[in-house]
Amino acid sequence: MQKSLYLDADKCTGCKQCELACSFERDGSFNPIKSSIQIFTFHEAGRFVPYTCTQCDDAWCMTACPVDAITINTATGAKEVNEATCVGCKVCTIACPFGTINYNTDTGKVTKCDLCGGDPQCVTACPTDAITYVEADATGFSRMKEWAAKTDNAQSAA
Amino acid sequence: MSILNIIKRLFGQEKSSPAQSSTPQPIEPTQASTPVEEVKDSIQTAMNEVTDNIIEAAEPNPTPNTNHEDYSMHHVIIGSGPAGVVAAESIRKLDPKAMITLIGDEPEPPYSRMAIPYFLEENITEEGSHLRKTDNHYDNKNINVVRDRVSSINPDDKTVTLESNDSLLNWDKLLIATGSHPISPPIPGLDNPKVSNCWTLEDSRKIVEGVKPGSVVVQIGAGFIGCIILESLVKRGAALTVVEMGDRMVPRMLDQQCGTMLKTWCENKGVTVLTSSQVNSIEDKGKRLLVSVSNGEPIEADFVISATGVRSNTAFLEGSGIKVDEGILVNRHLETNVPDIFAAGDVAQGLDFSTGEYTVQAIQPTASDHGLISSKNMVNPGSAIHQGAVLMNVLATLGLISVSYGLWEGVEGGESAELVDTDNFRYIRLQFDGDKIVGANTLGITQNIGAIRGLIQSKTALGVWKERLMENPLNFMDAYVGVTGGHT
Repeated sequence: MQKSLYLDADKCTGCKQCELACSFERDGSFNPIKSSIQIFTFHEAGRFVPYTCTQCDDAWCMTACPVDAITINTATGAKEVNEATCVGCKVCTIACPFGTINYNTDTGKVTKCDLCGGDPQCVTACPTDAITYVEADATGFSRMKEWAAKTDNAQSAA
Repeated sequence: MSILNIIKRLFGQEKSSPAQSSTPQPIEPTQASTPVEEVKDSIQTAMNEVTDNIIEAAEPNPTPNTNHEDYSMHHVIIGSGPAGVVAAESIRKLDPKAMITLIGDEPEPPYSRMAIPYFLEENITEEGSHLRKTDNHYDNKNINVVRDRVSSINPDDKTVTLESNDSLLNWDKLLIATGSHPISPPIPGLDNPKVSNCWTLEDSRKIVEGVKPGSVVVQIGAGFIGCIILESLVKRGAALTVVEMGDRMVPRMLDQQCGTMLKTWCENKGVTVLTSSQVNSIEDKGKRLLVSVSNGEPIEADFVISATGVRSNTAFLEGSGIKVDEGILVNRHLETNVPDIFAAGDVAQGLDFSTGEYTVQAIQPTASDHGLISSKNMVNPGSAIHQGAVLMNVLATLGLISVSYGLWEGVEGGESAELVDTDNFRYIRLQFDGDKIVGANTLGITQNIGAIRGLIQSKTALGVWKERLMENPLNFMDAYVGVTGGHT
């Protein structure tokens, strides 16, 4: 069973250790702008929302790539950018409707979450379990539908 | 609004209720415990429906053609660009028993024109431009790649005529993905050997040959292609003059402010940019060319590049009965007026998501989408409906990145929000229709840029985020996470 990242905004304290861990893993620097995971802060609501690539099945970045530079890692299911093949045309960055594949001006290539080859560093760094690496089913659409139905019932009962 | 309603909205069920769709509703906060991941799933599903455009037909399987013993159907694809290649691969996935013939007229293996600027910059080799990188990719997928040209299509006997030997090739389903060709403006002397388009790998080899350090180069056109190759020409040491008919750079992709800032950027980098100008003639003076322009001194040049836009390759269709306007007219299955003949990519006049009109977009993402959708309908008639392609472009001009999406010029009665930083060459303008984003232009902004597509294509009502974006349009990603996560 392939695993995926499960991001639970309720548990996020906005400490941004995931961003530092990610940028260090990817870039060798502690620099949030180089991180593939981002924490969004909503001051009015007092909330922090971790956000990164969902490794979608029909990956727009992968379909849009004109030179076959984005491929699936069969072990992890991650869509990975092959830097040697990427020409830096950025078509994937405008095609991804989640905004989670970005152009790196230093390298002239695009960059995205690759699940660190199966050992995501953001998960290791997160002190509150807001980011966990779980069986893919747990983040799936079927689960959401169940949850949605529950919410709906609760409302009609009220 | 409950999460279920949000899902219904994302699935487009609200379309059946005119009252809802004409009255934009602010998104109310959802349950505080909604994991953003789950809402992202729902967006993804909605996007799947919108972009992948799959609506299962009641009877997805066609009656197999029983005339053949070894294969189910013969799918012939004319054109081996992204649309043709994506279609061929998709047909193979959907029907392992299909016979697939992919006809291309260029000598190289299928390659991407998007990669040409990087080949000119010598960042990649020719192989780096190839659409697929695996050895024997087409053999492995049992896709028969043929180098030839199709001189005519004969729908009555379901054949195409191959140019090389006038032979006929039978097909059961035909995809026309012949792309487009550069326009040749009526300029005397344009046929000089020191003048080149920049469209094929062959063209780019000619440019590599003709542009040396110190070469004086005149480029006709500051459109997408004209701009994207500037970096490579400057790196090659060319002294460049760009001549553009429009009043700014990339007038078909960037608004006044954006196109003008881009012009300043190029001038700062030492490129001469003549806007509202045109080349009148190119005269051969032996060693050099004399290029006359409408507003300025004639230029003695070593080489001229013509990049004034492209037009669909439809000339060979004359007499076929296939209807052509700007491109080949197709329905929402990407099928032409002739049954079993489909069209995709730059040659197809397909549905535009934003305008609801049928236009030739001539962009890579649309070509891939067309290839995917047409192939599904070729294998399973009526199985995929095109919901329209969002116009989108990303362009690096001498290192400055510009983006356009959808209705970047705005809509009547709509509002827009812009931020301009001329000193630092940063610009963003979001176009709204009510509280939905319908288009955008940006300059010097790349982070999370795809979220703008997500907001446009999912037609997300921004609710409270509309006002926040009117104040600061740079917060589009916060808006995206805020709205889809419901944490407002």
